[in-house]
Amino acid sequence: MADHEFQPETLAIHAGQIPDAATGARALPIYQTTSFVFDSADHAASLFNLQTFGNVYSRLSNPTVAALEERVAALEGGRAGLASASGMASEAMALMTLLQQGDHVVAAGALYGGSVSMLAVNLKKLGIETSFVDAGSADAFAAAIKPNTRAVFAESLGNPSLKLLDIAAVADVAHAHGVPLIIDNTVPSPFLCNPIRFGADIVVHSATKYLAGHGTTLGGVIVESGRFPWDNGKFPGMTEPSPGYHGVKFFETFGDFGFTMRARMETLRVYGAALSPTSAWQIMQGVETLHVRMERHCANALAVAKFLQAHPRVGWVNYPGLPDHEQHALLAKQMRVVNGAPGASGLLAFGVKGGLAAGVKFIEAAQFMSHLANIGDTRTLIIHPASTTHRQLDDTQQIAAGVLPDMVRISVGIEHIDDILWDIDQALSRAGE
Amino acid sequence: MNAAHTIDDIASLRRILRESRTVAVVGLSAEWHRPSYFAAKYMQQHGYRIIPVNPRYAEILGERCYPSLLEIDAQVDMVDVFRRTDDVLPIAQQAVEIGARCLWQQIGVVNADAAALAQAAGLDSVMDRCVKIEHARLFGGLHWAGVNTRVVSARRPV
Repeated sequence: MADHEFQPETLAIHAGQIPDAATGARALPIYQTTSFVFDSADHAASLFNLQTFGNVYSRLSNPTVAALEERVAALEGGRAGLASASGMASEAMALMTLLQQGDHVVAAGALYGGSVSMLAVNLKKLGIETSFVDAGSADAFAAAIKPNTRAVFAESLGNPSLKLLDIAAVADVAHAHGVPLIIDNTVPSPFLCNPIRFGADIVVHSATKYLAGHGTTLGGVIVESGRFPWDNGKFPGMTEPSPGYHGVKFFETFGDFGFTMRARMETLRVYGAALSPTSAWQIMQGVETLHVRMERHCANALAVAKFLQAHPRVGWVNYPGLPDHEQHALLAKQMRVVNGAPGASGLLAFGVKGGLAAGVKFIEAAQFMSHLANIGDTRTLIIHPASTTHRQLDDTQQIAAGVLPDMVRISVGIEHIDDILWDIDQALSRAGE
Repeated sequence: MNAAHTIDDIASLRRILRESRTVAVVGLSAEWHRPSYFAAKYMQQHGYRIIPVNPRYAEILGERCYPSLLEIDAQVDMVDVFRRTDDVLPIAQQAVEIGARCLWQQIGVVNADAAALAQAAGLDSVMDRCVKIEHARLFGGLHWAGVNTRVVSARRPV
């Protein structure tokens, strides 16, 4: 008599939110309150001791934010979720909960720039070292693991490298060494890829991107699988009495959502990067249509990729959804089928003939494609990293970061495909002048 | 963990938690930071009568503590077990003997023989679940901690 398993299209709308107990409201209320009353002194004491579950202060938990946490956890097939003010904050919280001075991280080399900075600068400053490796090789991860390694970090689909990670292979390596695999699953979104299914232990999202989907709201979410054996001897912070929280042993007391509880009570509580209830509500509005939007993003991106492949002013196209792409087998294994083919998200990169100067002209000639630094909006977004985000790097450094002088990154939106192709075509013509 | 003789669907767990009023907590510790104390205190605060069963104590949480299930002089609905897996079979036998309606083995307590024995005797049998976590999951509270409760419903929680 097992419970019915709901499809992601249903979970996107229902998970984490049932009609409101106080009012019967069907839609998610915005609990825009900083604080919550205690029923009695005993009730208050129980809440502070974590002997009962409830709300105290919105930096720690909030019912509107909790709905988002549970929804993303459900979409990822995870045990529990924790939201924060931004994707970077979520990534920071996941790492800061797990790691301390003297620990080591093995990370994929070509990560989103902010993640590189966090690992190579901010955490390094606190005495946490990171080795960056070629994400295309599970062996490379294995070779970099040391006795003090406590986490492996990578992206499921890289930005802007667009390289897929073999999640299961890297998870096996991490687990063989008793450390968790953390995956940034922002680019596929939970609809196209569920890293936990392939062995990931912790998933992080910039909810700012496809989850919220409309370019309006910053947010981040951590999801844990509930399957990592935190009592394997390498994580005393999970098994010993917490000095920050009344001697509670998080793994013993909370079991398979102990990591999320610890991240909430030791990290979010202290560093304070809480997501506002209104922001959580806005992100939830977007999540309800995640499946519909992702289908259209994938269909449009494939059409754009094919159009660019045939275009005389385009030197090269990189989109994992193209049928002849070298990672097609991995795409089919790890990504949901949409429109009859494994979805590859809306993100693609291409090279404009004429190098850097042509790239700049293309960007500036676009009419409704927006030149800005974001991905995962309903609107088509374009950026030329060599002249903007990576401008201060020299040619060698840019290439090491996966940036070529002629490279344009497009986050293909869900406008009508004819109009997207029209704008690309006319901008390419102007770039050739 | 869901073995053949155990229950873990939402409807059944809800029924068991609603129908139970008196819970004998076997292996309850008097130390406030122990998981058994957390669970028992939570259940007490949510309207259940807790009867501690542990030969090491005389009283816990304001209730007389019994050395075994057989000495309890009240009707026990649920036997909630915080003991090692290997020690559960005799507890299951006693649960049947005292007419309990449910044998509930806590997280990490996974004695399949005990579960089967209880089920064969007509008791509801739950294994590897925490009574506090399942209550919070189904009756409120756990979702505020961001936990995936797997509840999908168009009804207000009762």
